[in-house]
Amino acid sequence: MVTTSTSASGRAVRGGQGKPLLSIRDFKVEYRTGSGTTVQAVRGVDLDLFPGESLALVGESGCGKTTFGLGLLRLLPRLGHASGQVTFNRGDGTEIDVLGLDGRDLRSFRWRDAAMVFQGAMNAFNPVLKIRAHMHDTMRAHTKASKQEIEDRAGELLRLVRLEPSRVMDSYPHELSGGMRQRVLIAMSLLLEPEVLILDEPTTALDILTQRSVVDVLHEVRERLGFSMIFISHDLSLAAELADRVATMYAGRIIETGGVRDMFYKPRHPYTLGLIKAVPPIVGDLPDMESIPGGPPSLASLPPGCTFNPRCKYATEECKEIDPPLIPITDEPGDYHEVACIHSKDVHLDRRVQDEMGTAS
Amino acid sequence: MSAQELSPQDTVRTPLMTLDGVSQVFSTKAGPIRAVDNIDLSINPGEVLCLVGESGSGKTTAARMAAGLARPTSGQVAFDGTDIWSLKRNDFTAFRRSVQYVHQDPYASLNPTRTILQTITAPLFKHGLVKSKKAAAERAVELLTKVDLTPAENYLSKYPHQLSGGQRQRVAVARALTLDPKLIIADESTSMLDVSIRISVLAMLGRLRDDLGVGFLFITHDLAIAKYFGWRGKTAVMYLGRIVEFGPTPKIINAPTHPYTRALIDAIPEPDPDLTKTKGRESLRSLEIPSLAHLPSGCSFHPRCPQFEDGLCDGAIPELVTIRSGQSAACHVVARDGVPGVGDGGRPDEPGA
Repeated sequence: MVTTSTSASGRAVRGGQGKPLLSIRDFKVEYRTGSGTTVQAVRGVDLDLFPGESLALVGESGCGKTTFGLGLLRLLPRLGHASGQVTFNRGDGTEIDVLGLDGRDLRSFRWRDAAMVFQGAMNAFNPVLKIRAHMHDTMRAHTKASKQEIEDRAGELLRLVRLEPSRVMDSYPHELSGGMRQRVLIAMSLLLEPEVLILDEPTTALDILTQRSVVDVLHEVRERLGFSMIFISHDLSLAAELADRVATMYAGRIIETGGVRDMFYKPRHPYTLGLIKAVPPIVGDLPDMESIPGGPPSLASLPPGCTFNPRCKYATEECKEIDPPLIPITDEPGDYHEVACIHSKDVHLDRRVQDEMGTAS
Repeated sequence: MSAQELSPQDTVRTPLMTLDGVSQVFSTKAGPIRAVDNIDLSINPGEVLCLVGESGSGKTTAARMAAGLARPTSGQVAFDGTDIWSLKRNDFTAFRRSVQYVHQDPYASLNPTRTILQTITAPLFKHGLVKSKKAAAERAVELLTKVDLTPAENYLSKYPHQLSGGQRQRVAVARALTLDPKLIIADESTSMLDVSIRISVLAMLGRLRDDLGVGFLFITHDLAIAKYFGWRGKTAVMYLGRIVEFGPTPKIINAPTHPYTRALIDAIPEPDPDLTKTKGRESLRSLEIPSLAHLPSGCSFHPRCPQFEDGLCDGAIPELVTIRSGQSAACHVVARDGVPGVGDGGRPDEPGA
């Protein structure tokens, strides 16, 4: 529900005031699984996204990352139900209760305030429509722009993502390569200048050099247009590259969040630590690697206490009893570094390099 | 060919497998596609050879030829010194037994209607290696234990859909081990797995490599994985059907010479925020990968290469030449000038060759 009337000039206000753009409190998503039972895929997430910030949501598959993203944009399938409080701050003082939107207001929230770039770039397009038609449809559905204005805007954005409009506009999605499709999708999502862009695994399934071009494009457009970004990825390297802040998700909850440097150099949750240790860096010698035993628990039957305890090497009896809340770290400086682990004081990353032959020439 | 044959350690080792000038040309309506063009590779017993490259570089086609699943258009694939396509029927069966393939997708490579026990024992019965069901089951338990599926008895009666991706891939590896292979061809075997599980499967494969002395042809698009698994082995980098760089894995990762390999290594984001933001990156001249049907003249990387020199690179196809000891690259510029900007003491041994 829009609480006050929106003015067009309000959109120009970006950043400042220290007020979060998107404020999420006790966000839950439930899926109905038949015969009256439900599974909670997102189990109470509190998160703030500040203007201009880039937040990475990391975790293994099945941790609720995508469900969380879909829930924020109210794109859940019919069996899914989101609850909690999601407030979007339009910047002109207007506050929108996202979960209460419907009809026109919901339509104007999507694309204009927040847009999403989906994982499978091919599936996000209508295969029988040219890129031009996609651009025009989107703009016409949301604005009163003239044909020429749409052409200009689309051309401008395509050039921003390093594509040649004259070539791309008249192509069908299947005529473009994977990386080009992904870049067209990014351009399209920016058509209506959203304040928040949610990207779900934006570079997964792309080749290395193509992935690099998409990442570079994201850096560039964000610098130019200054939108905020939530991106969902299982790839920690990508988070290191693109994020200002990282949140680790496990079994439907955020179990650690902090600035990108804090998270990568001083992770304090055993799960974040495990994820970092499982990703080998490319340059340098062979580091010591470790895997996290087992897999994420089924959301239908979560272990008692801390949901990570069956896989955790720091786990004690106490961990089986209490599910720790996300609390700020007090023994080290750093802003907004919060962790949900009773043993966080014992968790330290030290990366040793394996003493191996083969390094000497 | 007996399975317990040991490789002589001190004498000159016959490579387990060699690919000698192997090409695969597919004829299509658009004209011939040279998916693999004149590559040479060799794998010693118990050695790891990583084949890396982007999609469409011909990695899988090369692997299929090495496994005897596709017949090369030209060139020779030899196993234990013999051309596999000249083998008699029985010997070919023995070759098939010695070389096993682990596919990318464990959801598709396991028969959904067979239990794990049936999947693992099928090759044993097929090749007549066990006499009774009891012996087969015992062998299955042994194999499942080897791939860390314990207690193995719990898994025997399960169907693939009851297992997670990592567990399925372990079953696929156990199946590949049933016939005591000397070479395992792993085609993107870990790319569908979650990061945390990937490392444990790789560690398991590494143990097999060390304990059983199995050779590996390890195919991946992920250089980080090649680095982890093939650190003590060699790596070949493929681009559009050709090998553009070859050498010991640490050299390829930390001192790449070919502009394509350098671009790949530079392009990979690091799991370290400071490092990844300061990593030097040369921009490519073009983002588009040329089509295999219309390969650019000369070096096929020249339209994208930051070191492109007019007249030199678009002329002749560069040969793979030794740049420094053990490391070779197919690049006109590097062959002439040596390696720019890499000052680790590795001066080019034979510039120009």
